[in-house]
Amino acid sequence: MAAVWAVVVCAVLVTGVSGTAGDSFQEELLLTPLRSGDIAATFQFRTRLDSDLRREKVSHYRLFPKVLGQVISQYSIQELHLFFTQGFWRTRSWGQPLLQAPAGAELWVWFQDSVTDVDKNWKELTNILSGIFCASLNFIDSTNTVTPTASFKPLGLANVTDHHLLRYATLPREIVCTENLTPWKKLLPCGSKVGLASLLEAERLYYSSYHSQSVHIRPICRDPDCSKVSWELRQSLTVVFDMYTNGQGKRDWSLFKMFARTVTEPCPLATQSKIYVDSSGYDKELDLFEVTPPSYLEEQVPVHGDQRIYTVYDLLKPGFFNTSRNLNVALRWKGSSADSGQPRPPVFHAERYVSGYGLQTGVINTMIYNNHPYRAFPVMILETVPWYLRLYVHTLTIITKGKENKPSYIHYVPAKDRQRPHLLEMLIQLPPNSITKISIQFERALLKWTEYPPDPNHGFYISPSVLSVLIPSVKNLKTNKLEESSLFSTLFPSSDGSSYFMRLYTEPLLVNLPTPDFSMPYNVICLTCTVVAVGYGSFYNLLTRTFQVEDSKQGGLAKKIANLIRRLRGVPPL
Amino acid sequence: MGLLSDPNRRQALSRIITRLNAPLCVISYLIGVCWFLGLAFQPFTLRTYISENSMGSTMVDEKFINGDRALSYAREFAAHKKSAGGSPVAWLERTMRGIGLEVYTQSFVRNLPFPDEATERFMVKGTNVYGILRAPRAASTESLVLSVPCSEGQNNNQAVGLLLSLASYFRGQIYWAKDIIFLVNEHDLIGMEAWLEGYHDVNVTEIKSSVMMGRAGAIQAALSLEISSDVITSFDVVVEGLNGQLPNLDMVNLFLAFCQKNQLLCTIQGKLQRNDFDTFPGYIHNLQTMMLMVLKQGSARPQGDHGLFLRYHIEAITLRGINSFRQYKYDMVTIGQTIEGMFRKLNNLSERLHQSYFFYLLPSLSRFVSIGIYMPAIGFIILILILRSLDLWIKLSRTEVVTEDGAGDVEQDPRPSILSLATPIVICHATGLSLYYIPVISQEMATDHFPVSESEAVVLIAIAIYVAGLALPHNTHRALTGAGSDQGWMTLKLISLLYLAVQLGCIAVINFSLGFILAVTIVPVAAVVQPGSAKLLYALLLALVTPATTLLGSIFLYRELIEYPVTFLECWQIFLQAIAGGMLDHYLYGSLLFPFIALFVYPCWLQLWNVVFWK
Repeated sequence: MAAVWAVVVCAVLVTGVSGTAGDSFQEELLLTPLRSGDIAATFQFRTRLDSDLRREKVSHYRLFPKVLGQVISQYSIQELHLFFTQGFWRTRSWGQPLLQAPAGAELWVWFQDSVTDVDKNWKELTNILSGIFCASLNFIDSTNTVTPTASFKPLGLANVTDHHLLRYATLPREIVCTENLTPWKKLLPCGSKVGLASLLEAERLYYSSYHSQSVHIRPICRDPDCSKVSWELRQSLTVVFDMYTNGQGKRDWSLFKMFARTVTEPCPLATQSKIYVDSSGYDKELDLFEVTPPSYLEEQVPVHGDQRIYTVYDLLKPGFFNTSRNLNVALRWKGSSADSGQPRPPVFHAERYVSGYGLQTGVINTMIYNNHPYRAFPVMILETVPWYLRLYVHTLTIITKGKENKPSYIHYVPAKDRQRPHLLEMLIQLPPNSITKISIQFERALLKWTEYPPDPNHGFYISPSVLSVLIPSVKNLKTNKLEESSLFSTLFPSSDGSSYFMRLYTEPLLVNLPTPDFSMPYNVICLTCTVVAVGYGSFYNLLTRTFQVEDSKQGGLAKKIANLIRRLRGVPPL
Repeated sequence: MGLLSDPNRRQALSRIITRLNAPLCVISYLIGVCWFLGLAFQPFTLRTYISENSMGSTMVDEKFINGDRALSYAREFAAHKKSAGGSPVAWLERTMRGIGLEVYTQSFVRNLPFPDEATERFMVKGTNVYGILRAPRAASTESLVLSVPCSEGQNNNQAVGLLLSLASYFRGQIYWAKDIIFLVNEHDLIGMEAWLEGYHDVNVTEIKSSVMMGRAGAIQAALSLEISSDVITSFDVVVEGLNGQLPNLDMVNLFLAFCQKNQLLCTIQGKLQRNDFDTFPGYIHNLQTMMLMVLKQGSARPQGDHGLFLRYHIEAITLRGINSFRQYKYDMVTIGQTIEGMFRKLNNLSERLHQSYFFYLLPSLSRFVSIGIYMPAIGFIILILILRSLDLWIKLSRTEVVTEDGAGDVEQDPRPSILSLATPIVICHATGLSLYYIPVISQEMATDHFPVSESEAVVLIAIAIYVAGLALPHNTHRALTGAGSDQGWMTLKLISLLYLAVQLGCIAVINFSLGFILAVTIVPVAAVVQPGSAKLLYALLLALVTPATTLLGSIFLYRELIEYPVTFLECWQIFLQAIAGGMLDHYLYGSLLFPFIALFVYPCWLQLWNVVFWK
């Protein structure tokens, strides 16, 4: 068996050197017990294409999905990040996420500098992706697309940082379900037949509190000296299982309980197949839970400024499945699920809400919390607000600890009605142990009556604001090389151990606009016609008529009859 | 449309208006009153129905069974409340967190402008506790609220127990699409106002509260629950909110649908529905129910905790569990299932409740009168004012014509100067302003000099200013030119009538009941008053229809209708309390009744008083 693998690896290496496509595939699953008692499962699948899609014409695809490879070369994409999310990552009770995504769909793409008409490519790309992923990405148009200047940087190898090549859009209303999952699973080399992907059963995945799947494509270095470029497709999927709805109040977990499946074999095409269980706990001195079956492989990985200990199961280790036919990782809590008080809030989190009442004006408020005991750090905020909320920029106030906080960088692009949204980017310094409140007033526009959706009284979504932040670590950590560390820590590699990068999203907002009663047009038509007929008619009559003193001798028939009656009554005639 | 352009026909029309004015006015008034009384007649009303499609078609299947748990929570809560001497914040937080909710607290302080003697409050300090059930796979954009006031004494313990037990049951369900907020508010309405202002981050009243941390998007609907016994015999639904605002009728329909499904006895205004609608007693019963609603709505006072939600466009009702001497009792399981069913239906909503009526009167729980049907009643009464002012206007313009082409020496009847009209109007409004501002400002001075409490001082000052207003204005215009003429009082009366018509028209759109109560009393007297020999009679009539007397009469009528009649002395006591309560409602929750009466209706009424004593 080992010999066979050695031959395969050699073959891969040889083909890689000789310049033809030599790809690799890695899979991993990370199980993290969250501080609230829920559990998060993060799948990461990485497919590497060892040829440069930018330069050469690639016609032979082995592991890398052809459909995406063609899209990349067709539309000259430098980097692509696509998220589909159902639910919202509760940073306050779950802690900081590895990779958060906003509710709904999010897409951001860097194009290569050879592209002349970025908007045209973007438009076509969104339509293609809409077809590939069965999503309503075709609703991305100029009214919800922005070009942020500082919030998004290329994550892969890049020689372009001109932000005009970047496009960013979110669809907060997008509902994510199985029809998005199936095409996503089809991109995997092993599909969902074997390997870790066999756990991805739709029924269980959508029986959860949070579900997020993403696709990241970027160019990376093939070797340490970076002489050649490979393309990486990273697919990740995060689910959070709720202990109350699934576990009947018990917090014990196993793979079977979560996915109704167990792992029976790794994907035969994978060069790495591992399951990690976060066993560091939240309070170091307490050994809160035990993991079965026991594994003696442990790994220390710096994640979010903290050194975490992971129990590792290497599925490719020869003889791993010999002792037991399948692997059912289980987690058993030792203590009772006693009330642990208010969970300690994470170092950095944010929330957003609309304040005020009535349908004319309102205020968008964002509260940003820095709970770091002694370090201040800057945060880059990106707000995208649709044009039908007219922002009053002069009302923008940023208040920290009762004092005004002046942003050191501000970039604002005002909206144009029915053409583009507001874009507001700000760099704000957050003092240690502080709450910063950003508020901006808006007025609700009155839409044309055909512009309302079929459910106008549901309200209109405002996409979440994006907070990009470089958080100083509590401990000073040394990070390993890119290729050696586990997959989940490599997407945002931090340059040094003193701080780590994180991107957080706030909740989307639901705002009601003034809505006409749609049964009214008929009434309005009737009323308007009556008013015009009666009012305009009589005014026109008065204005155009010439008045003369009437000779009382002459008179119509009516007058004669009237006079006759008056004579009978003994009243003088008219 | 020769009507406007033909001078002859115009004259004929104006002649009809002047000649037939009195009979037209009487007929109009009679039609208005009869129309209103007819609203309670069953064949003239519509049957209620659920308009909202997403709530109507299917019934949900309720599975709540934890009635015993609710009662044990209730007992525990009662014990902790007793030992804490207020809301047991720590216990509530612990219990809610144990259930699996995200728990937050909000503390608030409110200093009342003057002590409230009815509830013995002056400096109110409290803490609201609320837990949020986060809907799985929804991004906290919408939410529902279940609120229970934490009252003093033994009240509402069972409601808190049921809230907790429902919360723990709801937490285990997967189908929630909207977050659910479980709120226990202290000091009932004040706590609710603090919570709502905190949640929406506004400051309408002068309440001070701590920064609110946890939110759950736009609240779509709310339910307030009051149960003070382990079993109940019926549920009473309360709809009237602040300023006479009403929740969407679908909220009431939803409640009725689940009452019928669970065969729960339900009442409105404490009155059961009768089946003999075609008999006279049945009609009287409906009329009583409707009159109670009109009186409650007209008071502009929130009749339950739900009443404050309505300002934020959140549809809300209060459900009150009643335990009377009936044979058949319902336990917590049935009550819990009813509420579970309502929440699941509300959870299915894709839009805010908007399909059904927002303006209605309920002569019984299953019958309603919509705005289109009840508005003509007040329309006919306001028509009297229009007819009278047309009459006055025609008379005024005729005398002008006479003076212009007459002999020219008729100088004893000149047009009244602007000054002679402006003076009484300004004085009347100044009195109104002082009625609005002085009682609260000068309460300290009054308590220093007189042996009264602050609350009494405020009420007595208000009454004093009110009465003093009658003596003030009517001698000011003597020195001014033309003041003594008929034209003087006619112009003033014309202005007053039009002013009154505008006021009543506006308030009737916002709060029909208030408008109708005011209109049905003031309008007939306003139409007939004039100076002259019978001025003492007119003055007496006017005094009988002043808003204060109307309030007194309304209290008397209300106590008669709830079959709890009062003697005149008791009625006077309640009257004094009601004045203080009305002012407090304004300062605490932003009710518009007190400023509306003080700044608009009372000055207008004073102008009519001025007309009577015109010399």
